[in-house]
Amino acid sequence: MKKIVLNLLLVLAGLLAVFPLVWMVAVSLMQPGEASAFPPPLLPALASLDNYRALFAAAGIGRYVVNSLLLSTAATVLSLLFNVTAGYAFAKLRFAGRERIFRTLLGALVIPAQVAMLPLFLLLKQLHLVNTYAAVLVPALASVFGIFLVRQYALTIPDALLEAARMDGAGEWRIFRSIVLPLLTPILVTLAIFTFLGTWNDFMWPLIVLTDQELYTLPVALASLSREHVQDSELMMAGAVLTIVPVLLLFLGLQRYYIQGLLVGSVKG
Amino acid sequence: MNGALPSAQRAAWCFVAPALLAIGVFFFLPVAAALVMSLTDFDIYALADLRNLRFVGLRNYAELLQTPLFWRALGNTFYFVIVGVPLSIAASLGAALLLDARVTWLKGLFRTAYFAPVVTSLVAVAVIWRYILHTRYGMLNYALSWFGIDPLDWLGDPHWSMPAIILFAVWKNFGYNMIILLAGLQSIPRDLYEAADIDGAGGWAQFRFVTWPMLGPTLLMVSILSMSGYFQLFAEPYVMTQGGPVQSTVSVLYFMYEQGFKWWNLGVASAVAFVLFAIMFAITLLQLRVARGIDA
Repeated sequence: MKKIVLNLLLVLAGLLAVFPLVWMVAVSLMQPGEASAFPPPLLPALASLDNYRALFAAAGIGRYVVNSLLLSTAATVLSLLFNVTAGYAFAKLRFAGRERIFRTLLGALVIPAQVAMLPLFLLLKQLHLVNTYAAVLVPALASVFGIFLVRQYALTIPDALLEAARMDGAGEWRIFRSIVLPLLTPILVTLAIFTFLGTWNDFMWPLIVLTDQELYTLPVALASLSREHVQDSELMMAGAVLTIVPVLLLFLGLQRYYIQGLLVGSVKG
Repeated sequence: MNGALPSAQRAAWCFVAPALLAIGVFFFLPVAAALVMSLTDFDIYALADLRNLRFVGLRNYAELLQTPLFWRALGNTFYFVIVGVPLSIAASLGAALLLDARVTWLKGLFRTAYFAPVVTSLVAVAVIWRYILHTRYGMLNYALSWFGIDPLDWLGDPHWSMPAIILFAVWKNFGYNMIILLAGLQSIPRDLYEAADIDGAGGWAQFRFVTWPMLGPTLLMVSILSMSGYFQLFAEPYVMTQGGPVQSTVSVLYFMYEQGFKWWNLGVASAVAFVLFAIMFAITLLQLRVARGIDA
């Protein structure tokens, strides 16, 4: 009895969690106006890709897909470049003030990112970077979370391994490239998927620094479109599908790495 | 630490310097600048010419306290946090318990299903929920009609707009804490439950006297993380209600965004950011204090 109830609850909660996403796909395939009916239809009477065609042809959403892809990829590469060396150094290399600097960085996590947004905007304006891709990428360069993630993982590398390489006369850079990096691969995947998803889904910052529609990312474009097309639910659903499905698939493929990062990241408290 | 050779030190600095520089220039520097800006009358004239900038001390903060919309935003944000966080954690805990139960099937599949909303773009799912919450054609009102409940104007009625946004936020976020709580549940030694079994403790007693206390530190962490996340409410009202109806969903960050990037009152907006930061900081400390009190 208890077994049946618990399994029913499990299924019910699962339906509640995925229903909006599944329904989104169904509505995106409906004819204009079809979803505005009572009771709301679950499936399209005649599935068609017209809404997607309209989004690409009339709303030029292809442009925003490309922007989002470019920016998320660039942010991922940059974040790997900056955070991985730093995270490794905080774990395994000795330098004056290491612990103090690391504690300061962790302490900074209590400051919400929005505090920095206004002056950062002015700084970028001074540098004539407002309304460029660079402005979107700047906050993604290095992050305390990224450094922490890599550091926690790098702590597990045995010191003896590094010492042996040093004895053999290998330089620090060579050790990093040929010994450390291969060992860090799983956490690199984790950091990459976190950064990619984070940048893809980010809304407030690109909304602030991008004014030129040509440069909009998908969420910013979708928010602006949805203000114009309040009534066109089918069209907006197709836009939501294009925004959600790519990263959802990426997550499904790399789920293991994502969950691992989430658990490491939450230990910091 | 200082025993390291100078050459090793130099190498280490080469590894950390780029990241520290980036965080310093693009985070610490702006935070310090924000504090200074919050003490000036930085507005659209100063934006055009910095010579128009004046130091005004704490005037921005004093004026904020006399701005009814700021209090409204603060109240709305607290409403969202105080109702949303416990609901969200309860949903997370419920889901985690289901996934941890010995008798349930297909755990991996359902874990993924519960987590799916977390990785979606907030703007995109807000668009979906706007239609789910639609007064005439919305799925939610349709479902409620099965129970004889009349249609509610979820996003158009100032009494229901915030509950609607909370419902949406709980749906979107519960999977995140669920993963953390599930890891916490799985780290509770099984022999504790076996011992409780032998003592004749039932399901509820086991939850109350084994699961709950053992999960304490995890719950504390989850609630601190969720609180700071929920205080940063912005995109939901921006996309779903534009702060309305009658300002019932203007959050502190929404207020800051409008002050800063719509009216270019950057001094005032910085002050708003610091008030929010101070509140979040104080509440985190309070939670830690209370938790320590319970432990002692």
